[in-house]
Amino acid sequence: MALRTAFEWLGACSGCEIAFLNIGEKLVDLLDRELEIVHAPLFMDHKYGAAADESGKISLPQADLGFVSGGVNNEEHLAVLEEMRARCNFLVALGTCATHGGIPALMNIRDQQESWQEIFTTSPGGSEAAATLPDIEVPAPLKRVYGCDEKVKVDLLLPGCAPNPEQMYAVIRAVLDGREQELPGRSVCDTCPVQREGKGTLRQMKRFVTNADYDEQKPIAEMRCLLEQGFMCMGPVTLAGCATSGAPSCIQARVPCRGCFGPVRPGGNQMLDMMNAMASNGIDIKSVVDRRSILRFSGAHGRLRHLKKRRM
Amino acid sequence: MGKVIQIAPVTRIEGHAKIAIHLDEGGNVADAFLHVQSLRGFEKFVEGRPAEEIPRIVNRICGICPWMHHLADTKAVDRAFGVAPAPAGHRLRELCQVLAHINDKILHFFFLSAPDFLLGPDADYAVRNVVGIVKANPELARQVVKMRQLGQMMLERFAGKAIHPIAGVVGGFSKPMLEEERREMVGDARVLLDFSRFAIDYAKEHVFSLYRGELQELGNISTGFLATVDRRDSSLQLYDGKQRLMHLDGSHEDFEAEQYRDYIGEQVVPWGYSKIPYAKCWNEGFAIDHEQPRGIYRANTLARINVCDSISTPQAQAELEEFRATFGRPAQQTMLYHYARLIELVYACERTIELLEREDITDTDVRAKVEPAAGRGVGIVEAPRGTLIHEYTTDDRGCVTAANLIVGTTHNIGPMNMSVKQAAHALIKNGHHSPELLNRIEMAVRAYDP
Repeated sequence: MALRTAFEWLGACSGCEIAFLNIGEKLVDLLDRELEIVHAPLFMDHKYGAAADESGKISLPQADLGFVSGGVNNEEHLAVLEEMRARCNFLVALGTCATHGGIPALMNIRDQQESWQEIFTTSPGGSEAAATLPDIEVPAPLKRVYGCDEKVKVDLLLPGCAPNPEQMYAVIRAVLDGREQELPGRSVCDTCPVQREGKGTLRQMKRFVTNADYDEQKPIAEMRCLLEQGFMCMGPVTLAGCATSGAPSCIQARVPCRGCFGPVRPGGNQMLDMMNAMASNGIDIKSVVDRRSILRFSGAHGRLRHLKKRRM
Repeated sequence: MGKVIQIAPVTRIEGHAKIAIHLDEGGNVADAFLHVQSLRGFEKFVEGRPAEEIPRIVNRICGICPWMHHLADTKAVDRAFGVAPAPAGHRLRELCQVLAHINDKILHFFFLSAPDFLLGPDADYAVRNVVGIVKANPELARQVVKMRQLGQMMLERFAGKAIHPIAGVVGGFSKPMLEEERREMVGDARVLLDFSRFAIDYAKEHVFSLYRGELQELGNISTGFLATVDRRDSSLQLYDGKQRLMHLDGSHEDFEAEQYRDYIGEQVVPWGYSKIPYAKCWNEGFAIDHEQPRGIYRANTLARINVCDSISTPQAQAELEEFRATFGRPAQQTMLYHYARLIELVYACERTIELLEREDITDTDVRAKVEPAAGRGVGIVEAPRGTLIHEYTTDDRGCVTAANLIVGTTHNIGPMNMSVKQAAHALIKNGHHSPELLNRIEMAVRAYDP
């Protein structure tokens, strides 16, 4: 019996689904024999209901395994997520938007409803501004952006922006074999091969407007740690798992980590942990421009909040 | 009031949309809409962020074309900060951009659209998809999966990440290309070029041949076109050039990125979360009317193939000539988007090889000196789904104070609505509709690859 599998996306970009396709050739065998895809808007035609049904009720098929990507930012997302939860035996929150809010949860710095309104009432491109937010046949915004596990019980959190195709494959294999899937709880630094020389005299963080210092002819393992070079690199406070061939992905491109797998422990706070790490190494945390965007991947769960402007 | 037929969600497309077809008392089509369902608000939450970080934030707009957002953004922030990117960095960006186009076209044509043609628009919904192709033609499916994967892995190996890239940076690129990387990539790119030849020949035989039948008329409308062409010879350009806005009759005006606001307006509609761009400079207003459109132009592959005077690589140029000889210029048939997509696939493969064969592709001076500064910058690239426009204003610290983004797909929201109306009017009579018929209406949307 093939494993009945459903996919859904909420406030998502489809990168998680592309990561699924990046499983590569093994995917052909999965699709041919082991998985029966029962719902997946990106690549198959199952609908929410019959065309003649005007109730707008969302109805999904029963599935053994469900993947849901994206965070929850409007009423339809919430309805789809609840229906996925009701229909899927094992529900995976796929990707960092689903697990921690991801980039779209940067919206939580602001008031979402107000911001949406502003988008349609200001007219930077010389557009004819409308007085109100679109409201015909579109789902209404929620107050903020939520991770999936803030709204329903989720059986596995599989973060990554994008998630690692090998980890997705491992999860599918584990469910097929009836095993529990364990994800490694290490940090990006734990998996990073660069040279660490220990505390230096570094006091200030640099913005990434110059490239790192390295010899391109030499392997990553001979490059000095980017944090020690003075670049804000979030390896210490970020869950490992991005690496597909040796070094963590961004390090592979000689670029500092920005934390896209979210905190090392699910409930962790990347900003507090990073600030503590820097402060204890004698770095002036005021030298970090836009400190709140350290939470750019994990702003759900109340981590990023809209601060009302102070009265003058 | 008559009934409303809902297609929710529209499937095998890359975003969130639904179709509503309103019938009159007699069961004939009164009106039809494609409603864009999703909004995340990137233009707002990038405010306050340091501009050099934006290329690795805004790529999250689209996981299918993250390279396009990433690179349009590096170009916009270069200009806001007043830096000219290092020439080697500029070339590496273009290389990644054309490579990303290759994967995207394979994905769209074979994974998303081909099931309608190879398995037929009337095939059962449960098999009319990539899994159905795996079962019906496993050899083809394996080859397609392999080729798409090859393109993705070329990007990942060279640039660290294929999805949500980080290697494009303000001022250029984060790393140079080593000679051994170059050699390996040329070999891989030749394999992709061979596959692109196979793909277009296969499609001519098995897909485009169907256009002579009932599909010839599907979703047809007449509009203008917008795309990027080379500044000197007006040949097809994906990464950098001038913008060309073509009228229905083939006449056109050309403009630079910085001037886009003089040419393109954005209309807000109450029935969808996307603003709808239109040709403001035509001074005819805005109307999504499939018989009498006003201000409506199309973008994406068919637009690019229509507005360019030529293609700079030989095999794609030969394909362009054959296409033009058959369909004219500008070609209007909506289903021709697929054909144009595969001509571009050939171009993207040829261009990848051309770039990789340049000696200076391995220059090590990949990033210019950058200082965060106050300014305004517009960056435009051709995304698979159309002309992608990013505009940022920065303050003295180089942090974003305002952003305006016109995403490729949005140019086609007006036209897609017109194509849906056209198809619905043609196909639905006296209240009769079936899943097979409604899939044809979705096919009119799918051609645009939204």
